Amino acid sequence: MGLAAAWALASQLHVWPSNQAAKQEALECIAAWMYRFTPRVSLQMPDGILAEIEGSLRLFRGLATMVERIRAGVDQMGLTPTLAVAPTARGAWWLASAGQETLILDRAVLETALATLPVAVACDRPDALDLLHNIGIATIGELCGLPREGVARRFGQALLDGVEQALGRMPEPRNFFAPPLRFAAKLELPGEITHAEGVLFAARRLLVQLEGLLAAHQAGVRCFLLMLLHRNANPTVLDLRLASPCREVERFMQLLRERLSAYKLAKPVEAIRIEAGNFVPLHAGTVDLFEGSHAESEAWVRLVERLQARLGSEAVHGLGLHPEHRPERAWRALAAEERPLCGDESAGVRPLWLVEPPRRLKEKGGVPLDGGPLEMLAGPERIESGWWDQGEIARDYFIARAPSAALLWVFRERGTTGGWYLHGMFA
Amino acid sequence: MKTSLADILSQRSVWRGGALASGHGRTVPTGFPTLDRELPGGGWPTGGLTEILGQREGVGELQLVLPTLAALSASGRRIVWLAPPHLPYAPALAKAGIDLEHLSVVRAPGRRDGLWAAEQVLRGGGCHALLTWFRDIRYAELRRLAVAAETGHGAFVALFRPEQAAHEASPACLRIAFEPAPEGLSIRILKRRGALIAKPLSIKIERPVHALAGAPFPTPCARGPVARPCSA
Repeated sequence: MGLAAAWALASQLHVWPSNQAAKQEALECIAAWMYRFTPRVSLQMPDGILAEIEGSLRLFRGLATMVERIRAGVDQMGLTPTLAVAPTARGAWWLASAGQETLILDRAVLETALATLPVAVACDRPDALDLLHNIGIATIGELCGLPREGVARRFGQALLDGVEQALGRMPEPRNFFAPPLRFAAKLELPGEITHAEGVLFAARRLLVQLEGLLAAHQAGVRCFLLMLLHRNANPTVLDLRLASPCREVERFMQLLRERLSAYKLAKPVEAIRIEAGNFVPLHAGTVDLFEGSHAESEAWVRLVERLQARLGSEAVHGLGLHPEHRPERAWRALAAEERPLCGDESAGVRPLWLVEPPRRLKEKGGVPLDGGPLEMLAGPERIESGWWDQGEIARDYFIARAPSAALLWVFRERGTTGGWYLHGMFA
Repeated sequence: MKTSLADILSQRSVWRGGALASGHGRTVPTGFPTLDRELPGGGWPTGGLTEILGQREGVGELQLVLPTLAALSASGRRIVWLAPPHLPYAPALAKAGIDLEHLSVVRAPGRRDGLWAAEQVLRGGGCHALLTWFRDIRYAELRRLAVAAETGHGAFVALFRPEQAAHEASPACLRIAFEPAPEGLSIRILKRRGALIAKPLSIKIERPVHALAGAPFPTPCARGPVARPCSA
């Protein structure tokens, strides 16, 4: 039916041009996701995917289970597939394009099933199709009944070859799809969204696709970008980082949930986009001989991820030593996975709490006060260092007892300024 | 359904007055024999809250948990310091025998973030000791943490709180209060699974001045021109 005819029937019809690029993007995402079932996936432009599944049937426990898994997976991406299975690729494609969701394993059955299909699935030239209609040929069975020479002369050899390929009498070489090495997918939201849950719901669809692509490469990612696209403003970009490479949708979602819960959507979101590159090889977890320790460190890694998603990446750190005489530089905050270095352990007695930055103490007659005059128990330990990097210090450290019985680590600034500071507590 | 008295008594939630509950629930040794003797199970409880109450800082309160932390870290168990009031100083911790590799600090500036993080740590697993500092925390929030600790993976949870909290009710399974004493710390057990104990315990803890016996600092080994020996 032409556009004019459609408008004549329904005047209030809205027409959107089909977005070819988006269609292909979606198709490639599904193809990449299908890689989990078989390495032989082929695109059938403009809207089909063919996959050879016979070799994988045993792994996925039979045809029916496998087909259901494929359907459930594509459903999760927000698309509704028409699935057909046949002994030949073209046969399956014709069945699916005719809307027949059948599982055929036998060639004889395929032949009878194909015979009832309309010729439109076999022929994509409109003029040839018109001609076939005019001579009263409606199904493929009727087409096969015509004399072969005449058909070849009028409609081209390709039409006949197609039928032969569908029936499995002629080989049909195909190009297999190679999944791309980065992921970028966009999802238009049905309406403008102002709350984080809506974004989460939509993001899930894209993340399922991402997982599929990663599974095809046996890879994981350490980070991905979520872009919130607004109507008349620059997109908001959220950078999500994982503590270890991962490809599970649930873990991506958990991270996203924490991040979005702390995030206020300033403007309504029209569409979302997820991008990921830098795939890292990731192998499925092997069973640990000494169970427990691995699961535990895995749990810890995920915990760190959640904490960092909400509190910021600086909020979780390890402690390491650093070979330095200046007390404030004798330690290092380590990123979650960094291992501590060996430091200088020859330093003197050090407090468990370091007061950062050092707190200026009041003094009376040269004696520092902290709830009363401090009594010096040991010292001084002179630390002079750092003339080379602007962080020069010249201090005399003492261990002092406060009236509260607390033991404090205090220092007196040497030189002209003088002054007493509290720098630590022996807790 | 028939339940025998023994069954009921074997549950962790029931304790019999007059006797120290023992053998119920796992514990980790405190490293102080005097304290271990008075604690049910002979150590800090795991899978429950332990409150450590005290007003003063710098009197040796961290020393109370250091032996436990050193033992846990030596066997590769993870320790989390959540929202500490000051910076835990790595050189001193290393010197106290704690393997820094298994130690993590989580900074949570707000009270709500702190509670959330504590719950995540307890429920998430992968952590065997959690030290937290809360200045004010309500009963309902404590209760939430206690449930998280029970359902979690059996971590030792120490909550450092101000002394005034001793007057408030708490779902913690162990509450102790410390005071500085000449020999170290004087500990009162405010609540434990078992009969109450009125007498304070005195615990000897290591203070830096003991180690030095009041003498001036030993000269740190001179390294290059920047670390000059003391002249005072």
